[in-house]
Amino acid sequence: MMIEQLLDEQQQPLVEIKDVSVAFENQNILQDINLKIPAGETLVLLGESGCGKTVLMKTIIGLVQPTSGSVFFDGQNINALNDQELSYLRLRFGFVFQNAALFDSMTIGQNVAFPLRQHGRFNSNQIRDMVIARLSEVGLPDSVVHKKPAELSGGMRKRVGLARALVMNPELIMYDEPTTGLDPIMSDVINELIIRTRRRNPVTSIVVTHDMNTACKVADRLVMLMPLDRLSPGEPQIIFDGTPAELDSTRDRRVRQFVNGEAGERLMELRGRNPVEPTETSDNS
Amino acid sequence: MSTIPNTPTHDIFDNTYVGRLASWIADWGKLVIDSLIAFGAFSLFNLRTLRWMTTRLPRSETIWPNFYRVGVSSLPVIALTGTFIGMVLAVQSYFQFRQIGLETRLGAVINMTLVRELGPVLAATMLAGRVGSAMAAELGTMRVTEQIDALAAMGANPIHYLVVPRFLACLFLIPTLTVMADFMGVAGGHFYGVTWLEIDIHHYWSNSIQAVTNFDLMVGLIKSVFFGAAIAMVSCYQGFNCDAGAEGVGRASTNSFVQSFVMILLLDLTLGIVLDNFYFMFYPDGASFF
Repeated sequence: MMIEQLLDEQQQPLVEIKDVSVAFENQNILQDINLKIPAGETLVLLGESGCGKTVLMKTIIGLVQPTSGSVFFDGQNINALNDQELSYLRLRFGFVFQNAALFDSMTIGQNVAFPLRQHGRFNSNQIRDMVIARLSEVGLPDSVVHKKPAELSGGMRKRVGLARALVMNPELIMYDEPTTGLDPIMSDVINELIIRTRRRNPVTSIVVTHDMNTACKVADRLVMLMPLDRLSPGEPQIIFDGTPAELDSTRDRRVRQFVNGEAGERLMELRGRNPVEPTETSDNS
Repeated sequence: MSTIPNTPTHDIFDNTYVGRLASWIADWGKLVIDSLIAFGAFSLFNLRTLRWMTTRLPRSETIWPNFYRVGVSSLPVIALTGTFIGMVLAVQSYFQFRQIGLETRLGAVINMTLVRELGPVLAATMLAGRVGSAMAAELGTMRVTEQIDALAAMGANPIHYLVVPRFLACLFLIPTLTVMADFMGVAGGHFYGVTWLEIDIHHYWSNSIQAVTNFDLMVGLIKSVFFGAAIAMVSCYQGFNCDAGAEGVGRASTNSFVQSFVMILLLDLTLGIVLDNFYFMFYPDGASFF
């Protein structure tokens, strides 16, 4: 039944980005981005820092207004909604922020309960049970409920952020660099949580990352963006769109360099300033 | 890889007399445009706050902590300021008045100055320094650490959740803080004038009663409401539009105090003129209002 429903929904994309451009103070960040994300898909947005991955994700949820173009969620143009309609629509989104963005004036319990209190029609017992259930899903004990965010480690804060994003059972969940700044073990725990979340509910996910382990582990589909100032005029900003297998076999030099973590011709930029830099760059891929 | 070239500077801005004049005009034009944009953004921010305030009231758990911080926590510092200003006024004016044998008029001067001007202005200045810059720093940190985005992402409107309670707290509590500053100032003036300098208590107070009317008290309170609204809006706007990093938060906090203070001075002058005109419009012979 669930699979049939999923297949039906796949006819129409859950998120559709049409010709979206974003500029901040005359600096273009995104240019004519077109993307369709079907329901149930896990899309990974790749790209180097400053290429506009996070801005694109914030545009989808309406935190950033596009300079031109529009974003459709479930057939609704979210840029045409007023404040209240947008607030209501956002109940269907979950957003895991890069540094968790927990409210530091509140305890962990109050943080996770926030979306429930804000909109849900739940009494305090129900809220407490749901909060504890969500925290245990991400592997945190009940004892953290009364702690303040500042008392937790980075990995724990990130898991609280995930619990808070999941508490309303969102249809679309977005992760902003979920493993940045974490040790390799905690990174893998987060990867596993992303996969389990998807397995448990038929949720659509967008993951912004530059961690290739995360990308290959969780992705159904990968999209790579390039910073605008590194593109020749007229070139599309999305330089790769495909499955992890297609990523392995791609011949695009820029994508290969990113996947293998090679500086390539960027060393030329360093050499301009410091002529003593090594002259040979590794070119084996 | 190609990079976007820098915008070429216009040829008319060369180092000739005309070129320098053109660049001077361009600088002024940019300043005017930037100020207009900032003014427009601030007005829109105020309108959105007003709209959310009338749509639905914020939840009590966001209102009471703000009322506590703005009202209760500010009381000691405002009481202290009031007391000292009352005493300092007495110190400074006593010798001038004694030389012409009018020291019993001191009560009228001190109390009038406090109730109409210094009480409201100093209470507002202390509030801008104590509460306004703290609000800007707090909201600025929330902006920088994406907590404001997180609020929006969870379907809460940041203006409704963060700005409206702070605005209401400043608006409703600044008149009571002003009354406190007035009262402590009057008490301080009495202490120095009557208790210390031994001015005749009967004349000190009968002169005060003749000079200070209820209208003067109302002028002070009406002004304070405007000051409170200005402090809340300027501080929240600065916090919401904070630049990234510790430097951005620091700048937001400083700007909020400086701009609030300028707003207080401008409003004080404007309201002083407007309210005086009202007074003389209704009471051309200068009779007491009540």
